[in-house]
Amino acid sequence: MRISQTAAFLPPKTVPNAALTPFFDTSDEWIRTRTGIATRHVVTRETNADLALAVAQRLVTQAGCDPQALDFIIVATMSPDYQTPSVANQVQGALGATNAAAFDVSAACAGFVYALDTAAGLLARGATQGLVIGSEVLSRLVDWHDRRTAVLFGDGAGGVLVTAAGPAPVSRLRSFGEDWARLTAGGAANHSPFATGPTPAPMFAMDGRAVFHFATQTVASEVQALLDGAGLAPQAIDQFVMHQANARILSSLAKRLAVPAERFPSNIATVANTSAASIPILLHELAQTGALPTWHHLVLGGFGGGLNVGTMLLTQP
Amino acid sequence: MTNDAIFTKVQAIIADQLDKEPAAVQLTTDLKNDLAADSLDVFEIINEIEDEFDVTIEADDPINTVADLVDYIGKTA
Repeated sequence: MRISQTAAFLPPKTVPNAALTPFFDTSDEWIRTRTGIATRHVVTRETNADLALAVAQRLVTQAGCDPQALDFIIVATMSPDYQTPSVANQVQGALGATNAAAFDVSAACAGFVYALDTAAGLLARGATQGLVIGSEVLSRLVDWHDRRTAVLFGDGAGGVLVTAAGPAPVSRLRSFGEDWARLTAGGAANHSPFATGPTPAPMFAMDGRAVFHFATQTVASEVQALLDGAGLAPQAIDQFVMHQANARILSSLAKRLAVPAERFPSNIATVANTSAASIPILLHELAQTGALPTWHHLVLGGFGGGLNVGTMLLTQP
Repeated sequence: MTNDAIFTKVQAIIADQLDKEPAAVQLTTDLKNDLAADSLDVFEIINEIEDEFDVTIEADDPINTVADLVDYIGKTA
């Protein structure tokens, strides 16, 4: 699998930390020191499919690729516009990618790596090229009265065009369903006249300490296991392009893996946590700014709700 | 391990994490109120302690003071 193009789209409205103070007791300093976030993008009228489509259009335009030549469109998201159709179906229709299989992957903040691994599988079985997009409208899931979580998230989309070239990536997908209740969002109400059960909470809720523990200890050991399997030391990796959950999680991961913090690039200051979109948005920024120079080994790592973690080693000859 | 020995290690971990003098970290010290630790500092300290003592501190266990940590480790390690 080869990543031949990267693209991102962020809704134009930006919401700096100071703009959140009317909603709850917080401050720019409080948010920055705990999260590394200064501002985020938030949709006004745009849908999830709008964001994903903008990325898809950029990818095919950049590649000079006929949308009908795409074999698949996979969108990783935890905030789709509908239960059905998938965001990927909406993108497919608007793009005119009539020969593509289109579906969403739901693995929260690990979703992009899960989707990319799925794409690698399709490419290994005969597909020639396709789009893998992470797209989120998290502002619709956030409890705008909860300062512990509302400050963390942003909206946006990023994606890649992948082709069947080069070696298959090495990856590890691990899930910890026993801890599912540690992080929940988007509980669906049951409108049936027969329903008597409790309604799952619609707004984002998180056990911060348990999730921090998972994001630092479990993710560090998953990256280590991925690299052990490939016979590489963490110090041999050029860049760790990780899910942007929190700047302090990234520095903790760098410390645990004993690699310099500069190898964990971050854009959380300007986009906040965009769940499944965070890795491809960062990947695109790195590609655009020339910060992905002549990498040989790249690790992608997504982690979050599920709880899920997905890590992938990409190697360029 | 005696509670004194546990305290010495916990004191060093907290002082290092919060960039304080070890003497500022005593048994009665409250991490948030006395040392201005924020919630993520506390998570980091718990991470370091779990590694050092090979214990698991459950998310539901209340940790406020240094003594809370030392007692917890003394009972489980």
